Amino acid sequence: MKKTIGLGLAALALSAGAALAQQKSVTVAVSIPAATHGWTGGVVYHAEETAKLLEKGYPGLKVIVKTSPNGAAQANALEDLMTQKVDALVVLPFNSDELTNPVREVKKRGTFITVVDRGLKDPAIQDVYVAGNNPEFGRVAGKYFVDNLKSGNVVVFRGIPTVIDEERVSNFEKALEGSGVKVIDKQYANWNRDDAFRVMQDFLQKHPKIDAVWASDDDMALGVMEAIRQSKREDVKFVLGGAGMKEMIKRVMDGDKMIPADVSYPPSMISTAMGVTAAHFYSNAPMRGTYVLNAQLITKENAKEHYFPNSPF
Amino acid sequence: MTDTALATAPARRWTMPDLTALSPFIALAALLLLGALVSDRFLTYDNLVNVATRSAFIAIIAVGATFVIASAGLDLSVGSMAALVAGVMIFVMNAVGAPGAATPGFLAALSGIVGTSPTGALVAGVGIALILSVLCGLANGLVVTYGRIEPFIVTLGTMGIFRALIVWLAAGGTITMRSFELREAYRPVYFGTLLGIPIPIVVFLAVALVGAVVLYKTAFGRHIVALGSNEDVARYSGVPIDRVRILAYAIQGLCVGIAVLVYVPRLGSATPTTGLLWELQAITAVVIGGTALKGGTGRIWGTVVGAVILELVANIMVLSSLVSEYLVGAVQGAIIIVAMLVQRSLQRRR
Repeated sequence: MKKTIGLGLAALALSAGAALAQQKSVTVAVSIPAATHGWTGGVVYHAEETAKLLEKGYPGLKVIVKTSPNGAAQANALEDLMTQKVDALVVLPFNSDELTNPVREVKKRGTFITVVDRGLKDPAIQDVYVAGNNPEFGRVAGKYFVDNLKSGNVVVFRGIPTVIDEERVSNFEKALEGSGVKVIDKQYANWNRDDAFRVMQDFLQKHPKIDAVWASDDDMALGVMEAIRQSKREDVKFVLGGAGMKEMIKRVMDGDKMIPADVSYPPSMISTAMGVTAAHFYSNAPMRGTYVLNAQLITKENAKEHYFPNSPF
Repeated sequence: MTDTALATAPARRWTMPDLTALSPFIALAALLLLGALVSDRFLTYDNLVNVATRSAFIAIIAVGATFVIASAGLDLSVGSMAALVAGVMIFVMNAVGAPGAATPGFLAALSGIVGTSPTGALVAGVGIALILSVLCGLANGLVVTYGRIEPFIVTLGTMGIFRALIVWLAAGGTITMRSFELREAYRPVYFGTLLGIPIPIVVFLAVALVGAVVLYKTAFGRHIVALGSNEDVARYSGVPIDRVRILAYAIQGLCVGIAVLVYVPRLGSATPTTGLLWELQAITAVVIGGTALKGGTGRIWGTVVGAVILELVANIMVLSSLVSEYLVGAVQGAIIIVAMLVQRSLQRRR
């Protein structure tokens, strides 16, 4: 009795295998932070859009996107995902400490692991690592000031005191070395519009001549712009933000003189990661490795490629 | 000995409250002096007006917080509430100003009543912002009163709820006023002036004046203080405790609503980080102003000065080049503690 059932199952499996040869079945799970601020909002948008595109492009591919409000919830979400049959996991971890072990557990089941943006404590876990480039982000911005301002006084807005912020700002200053561009003041404004508005009002009071502003972030750039507009000062030639918020890209596209450029730190890096992961299963090309996305200078010429009017960010 | 003590007592009783009430003003004067010493640009008209205008949001919210704290309550939800109300207000103005297929039926109907002109959209936005803020405050008050739960816990809960709602509404992004026309029409409410005084300053002085009259001159105001100093005594004296407490939170809500009306025209947008930590700033302003956290006293004008002091400290930090940006927080904290020590030493000299 048992044997016949076993045989029957084997036959079933064989015929299923034959079907699979034509119709492959791959499940990719995507675990990302919930939309708690602009950038992660963008990540969620791009993850969902890319999931649809990939499922259309690769027959038999199933993409599950799961968002979590904090690190502990993300660890739980990973456990839940593993109860389903998952071939690959694309994860943008909330933080390195909390998520390293949960992702390691997933890896032990033979799942293909792609880590995005924030690295894990143990890089041996990941098959693919896709990340933005924070030092490059500062360098590109610094180079823009050297090339376009050549000489003058610049004020710098910092974000929240973190490694990311430190890498960006120190490389920005390194890029200015030896040029006529001088940083006359720096202040934290927490990647927040209201704080940036406040600090810029004070900068404008304190410094009689400011030639340009490195807001280092698009949210902060918006606060800075409003303060400049109120002061009616004409000395500030331009404001350089960063990240690639759609409102700012639009201004770059439209040729706004105050916002001539932007530096990308694209939330769509989740799409890159998902694409590479899917390609691992559907092509013969080697995919394992580290992908560092360039922090690109966005100008009027290439702004179109960075403009996503439907994204919340 | 006893005789002399008795003889001098009344005279002391007269000077004592004056000093206590004056101490925030003395701290303010000391800060102005400090500011003038660190930067020659500090005492310019433009700078002082900037600072006073910026302190308007916290000052207005803190007037409401004075009522809540004087009644021995606490509201931690004001920052999130401000973000939510600002977000909903902009959302309503966008929907009413340009109703489309995706506009919720209620808002489409509203748009039919007030019209789609900037004025109509503004009226709808302002109305809904005020109604929503009072409802949020009422919700806090009702749960605290009838649920008999510590206000700390209730408002910590609503703080999370309001914050999550704005995040959800904005999908993690930004809610921005879409109509350029409306944005320009509304902008002067933050940037414009009335008789030479910036409108936000006019608003916060008006709110403080009304708050002071209500707290000091009405039966309700005395009920608030009575409830804060001793609930049992207040109950036995016939104070309608539940009603007074709920109203205090509703007033707090209304103040948040008014602050939002002045906040929105500044940047024309609300994000999930709008109003972050405003609750702590409002509570700090109230305490710097001389209101005890345990309740039983309320000093509206002290609160307003407290809010200005907080903004001044931040302003002095940016204007001076003495402190590295890494240490700004530490110096800011130290200045606030020193200002409080000066105040308290004045009060102890009774």
